[in-house]
Amino acid sequence: MNPAFSVIFLTTLIGAGQGLLLALFTQQSYALFDLLPRQDARFYGWGAMLALFFTMVGLIASFFHLGHPERAWRSAAQWRTSWLSREVIALPAFMGMLFLYGAAHLTGLDPVLVMLASGLGINATIVLGCLATLLAFALFVSTGMVYACMRFLQEWHSPLTLINFILMGGASGFTLAAFYAALAAPPQAGFFAGWAFVLTLFGLLGRGASLWRNARLRPKSTLQTAVGIKHPRIVQTAQGAMGGSFNTREFFHGKSEPFLNRVKVSFLMLAFVLPALLLILDLSYPSAVLPGIAFISQFVGLLAERWYFFAEARHPQNLYYQGVS
Amino acid sequence: MTQLALVIDLNVCVGCHACVTSCKEWNTSGSAGPLCDENPYGANPTGTFFNRVQTFEIGQYPNTETVHFPKSCLHCEDPPCVPVCPTGASYKRKEDGIVLVDYDKCIGCKYCSWACPYGARELDEKQQVMKKCTLCVDRIYDTSLAEIDRKPSCVKACPTSARLFGDIHDPESVVSRAIRENAGYALMPEWGTHPANHYLPRRKTNMKVHEDELERSDNPLKVDGQLPKPGKNEPTLDDFS
Repeated sequence: MNPAFSVIFLTTLIGAGQGLLLALFTQQSYALFDLLPRQDARFYGWGAMLALFFTMVGLIASFFHLGHPERAWRSAAQWRTSWLSREVIALPAFMGMLFLYGAAHLTGLDPVLVMLASGLGINATIVLGCLATLLAFALFVSTGMVYACMRFLQEWHSPLTLINFILMGGASGFTLAAFYAALAAPPQAGFFAGWAFVLTLFGLLGRGASLWRNARLRPKSTLQTAVGIKHPRIVQTAQGAMGGSFNTREFFHGKSEPFLNRVKVSFLMLAFVLPALLLILDLSYPSAVLPGIAFISQFVGLLAERWYFFAEARHPQNLYYQGVS
Repeated sequence: MTQLALVIDLNVCVGCHACVTSCKEWNTSGSAGPLCDENPYGANPTGTFFNRVQTFEIGQYPNTETVHFPKSCLHCEDPPCVPVCPTGASYKRKEDGIVLVDYDKCIGCKYCSWACPYGARELDEKQQVMKKCTLCVDRIYDTSLAEIDRKPSCVKACPTSARLFGDIHDPESVVSRAIRENAGYALMPEWGTHPANHYLPRRKTNMKVHEDELERSDNPLKVDGQLPKPGKNEPTLDDFS
């Protein structure tokens, strides 16, 4: 596939936003059970607004993918069959809940809604945070399934696609949370950095597994099944157009094999290895600089990862576009 | 249930591109507006087509065969492009099985083209909506045309009758008969899309000649009997001609 930058930015930015909400709410849940000190409401509130900012920029980026952005509202119609439609619904729903969660913290409208038998009070922000967490996962699943549901894009048609979207979004969100906490609540930065380190390692495992799987895939479609002629040697001599077509532009990245390999090594280093090293260093020598660099490196790495994710998918329609006389 | 489809005979197609130009002419003149053409007279002309003829060389020289391969939307019976459309712009008609795009609803997200393993859908880069073969839906039901003209324009244009049009769910239709009797096949059967369009393979045309057909029964030599041989000194036919 030819990577589209609008979609690359959409998926990486909303992934970081979702991860940041998960990070903030994990800390708040720990604090609910007195496992960690409860932070000032402004910490959660502004953190949620930061997550909202990331998802907002992602949403804006997605509009550049559309030929008719003014008709985008129509895309919520087919939620019964289309994962893209479900994503279109889940994203604004998540953003709305993120806003309510942040606003409840910032305005102090956080009454105790339920008193549990153990004497534990469940606040409004806990309920809103739970809903936002559910929506974050619904959004991860929708985003992943947009790609994983296409059975003939064999590189994508795997549960690993879904798992990796969750792991990589989570990792970048927790790294961002570590950076944010280092500035806003330094004693909590270690908690986020620790989880960011774990998620980054799991992300490396998951992405490594999908790279390993994809390198061993045998394409189900061949030129023989594409034209229905059983002969080992079939060579295309004309494709019906000499100046290219939508089919030659949309489905092939047009880059060389060495370039692809360089991107692969770069994203493995930038998105996983370097952030993991910086985060483990940050656990021993806490500072705002290390998680800051870690987040920037990881985000740039994930942009490259998403580019590679598209480029590595070999669309069977390319079988029909292999030669021009 | 009706499922209209094309059957393309690769044994007959000569690769003249008449179906391509006829398709473009009909569909660029319709109510949906023109099919775009970028730099039509430049170095790299490109544009939207519903139908393209590709050419493949099969085998190793000198034992090669050139196969011309017309390719358009196959109007799958289980089209993977339809359920993924977020707006419902892509749909399959119940009454005749034609897969269509509502150009007024399409948002140009290109997701359906990713979901088509055949590359049958092309984005119109001027109108920014997805376009594809309509089986000339604005022609085949047009009662102002003569009955014989109510066929897709590619079918009407084919000089070798390599393109057949009809209902593949009717076992007695010309397309069903062609598929049945000439080993018609579907493309990329491995994805379970059940394309409605079928292709007829290259096949050797053998003619069986029976012994008794080698000699004419009305051979004049037999009617009049053997002509007498000329004498040695008499002129033969060769002396006159």
